[in-house]
Amino acid sequence: MREITMAQAIREALAEEMRRDPRVFLLGEDVAEAGHPFKVLTGLVDEFGRERVIDTPISEAGFTGIAVGAAMTGMRPVVDIMFGDFLTLAMDQIVNQAAKIHYMSGGKLKVPLVVRTTLGATRRSAAQHSQSLHAWFSHIPGLKVALPATPYDAKGLLKTAIRDDNPVLFFEDKMMYQVKGPVPEEEYTIPFGVADIKRPGRHVTLVATSSMVYVALDAARILEQEGIEAEVVDPRTTLPLDVETLVASARKTGRVIVIDEGYRGYGVTAEIAAVIAEEAFYDLEAPVRRLGAMDVPVPFSPVLEDQTVPTPEQVAAVARELCGRA
Amino acid sequence: MYELMAKIRAFEEQANELYITRKMPGLTHLYSGEEAVAVGVCQALRRDDYITSTHRGHGHCLAKGARVDRMFCELLGKAEGYCRGKGGSMHIADPDSGNLGANAIVGGSTGIAAGAALSAKMRGTDQVAVCFFGEGALGQGILYEAMNMASLWKLPVIYVCENNLYNEYTHYRETTAGEILARPRAFGIPAEEVDGQDVRLVLAAARRAVARARRGEGPSFLLCNTYRFYGHHVGDVDRSYYRSKEEEEWWKRERDPLRILRDWMVQAGLAEEAEFERIHRAVQEEILAGVAYALEAPYPDPREVSQHVYA
Repeated sequence: MREITMAQAIREALAEEMRRDPRVFLLGEDVAEAGHPFKVLTGLVDEFGRERVIDTPISEAGFTGIAVGAAMTGMRPVVDIMFGDFLTLAMDQIVNQAAKIHYMSGGKLKVPLVVRTTLGATRRSAAQHSQSLHAWFSHIPGLKVALPATPYDAKGLLKTAIRDDNPVLFFEDKMMYQVKGPVPEEEYTIPFGVADIKRPGRHVTLVATSSMVYVALDAARILEQEGIEAEVVDPRTTLPLDVETLVASARKTGRVIVIDEGYRGYGVTAEIAAVIAEEAFYDLEAPVRRLGAMDVPVPFSPVLEDQTVPTPEQVAAVARELCGRA
Repeated sequence: MYELMAKIRAFEEQANELYITRKMPGLTHLYSGEEAVAVGVCQALRRDDYITSTHRGHGHCLAKGARVDRMFCELLGKAEGYCRGKGGSMHIADPDSGNLGANAIVGGSTGIAAGAALSAKMRGTDQVAVCFFGEGALGQGILYEAMNMASLWKLPVIYVCENNLYNEYTHYRETTAGEILARPRAFGIPAEEVDGQDVRLVLAAARRAVARARRGEGPSFLLCNTYRFYGHHVGDVDRSYYRSKEEEEWWKRERDPLRILRDWMVQAGLAEEAEFERIHRAVQEEILAGVAYALEAPYPDPREVSQHVYA
């Protein structure tokens, strides 16, 4: 199978969906000729024109609101929020409007909207361009939240997001756009709420999201040297969450570490750990452990920033503890 | 138009009654006194044109074509309400009449209306979208973001600012710097000020704005000066600390939109006083029948609580 980058996979998903459905259009800051600062959208304006790839002013609340209105009236907008941190500017439109309109209208109105944005630190971008805020949105009924870890997942999940009749927050790790992986030429989609076992194992489960999948896989390679077989499970969507697969893996291994790049406190890791504790308590050999970003604003200096995100060594150390090898 | 204004007035009187007699859960924000704005603007629209509304939205819903009985059902949280009792007074939506929903976030729908206009333009229909908002929304940034894009992209959207003088309990002069009309004009949006108590003037201005939007010439802004006869919400009864009884009485006596239209029609020889009495009786009958229906109507099945979270 051919290998393409995450950025190419996302671009292909958008292009294919825009060809398939004339109601799909893109809007956001610098999405047209500039093709987005990370060049994810390069070339789309050439094929689809400025009518469907719309450069907006720097007005996140305004253009997100416009996308909500367009979605309610027959279009399927894909909004680009350049950095996940800027979601804060569009909070009302996402949380109070998009997420609730279907419910508040008793099911009469629909908001088929995709908000594409980024997460992830370690670009030396400091506190306002580095946050991973997906837990906030995973907290809100009415939204869906996807976090692809591979080019294959990114393409399949984004196509599903665009075809979904609900508002979807789609988080892309900005360090992963150049990661390559196999992606088939032919059409496929990936359903939401179905976790993927990225690597099977029997001694410890590493539940990991987005870029933390790679941290978990690296940790698994370290542990393998020591005779510990780690299973890496990627939920792929945190809302809906595939509780069944997570719990099944927990029952199988009896030991679970949850790793996510959002802040640790009140984070995605807490929810997943709680679900596993509730559903698989009697199968667990040890308490579920959590690794997340440090609860500090992301610092600029590399020596400081690198400490804030979980590393394979940290994951391996916790796994050794859980397996009684420390 | 008189009948519709009378219906809104009677509807609000009845909503107040439901609140006072504790038959209605929650609270509600009455539109009495502002009827000419909703009726004048919506009269210039087609059924398939869009509106977005506010927390003070009953008048907009009725003027756009909502039915009295289903409105009352929604106010009472009944299954036959427009939103199956999930929206209540502040969130009534009726896509069949082009109503994209009332919004309880001040300024919250200013982007949505522009989005509906963008969608109409992209789909190649000649629908327009009207965004109703109170002068309190002039304090919300999203209004200016949306107006900027609406003007840049020549969207068929009409911003209707209902200035009823008070941002909840604070006079707008304490919250609003400079000139209101200068704000849309700064974006290149034609703006005009209208006597919001005279439905004929509102209708004429709305027709100009709608025609402009349908011609593809972009957004307009109407500043409608009006007044709410009741408080911010039904429970806001003791209002003396922010506005005087004299002021309220003057508006009710001199600036009642029903009275203004009625006087004009009588003077112009278009109608006789007896006709208005007949209209009021008919409207009152419809309102009482609607309330009676809603009071009897069933509540939603409790299992509906988790329905409609996702489409």
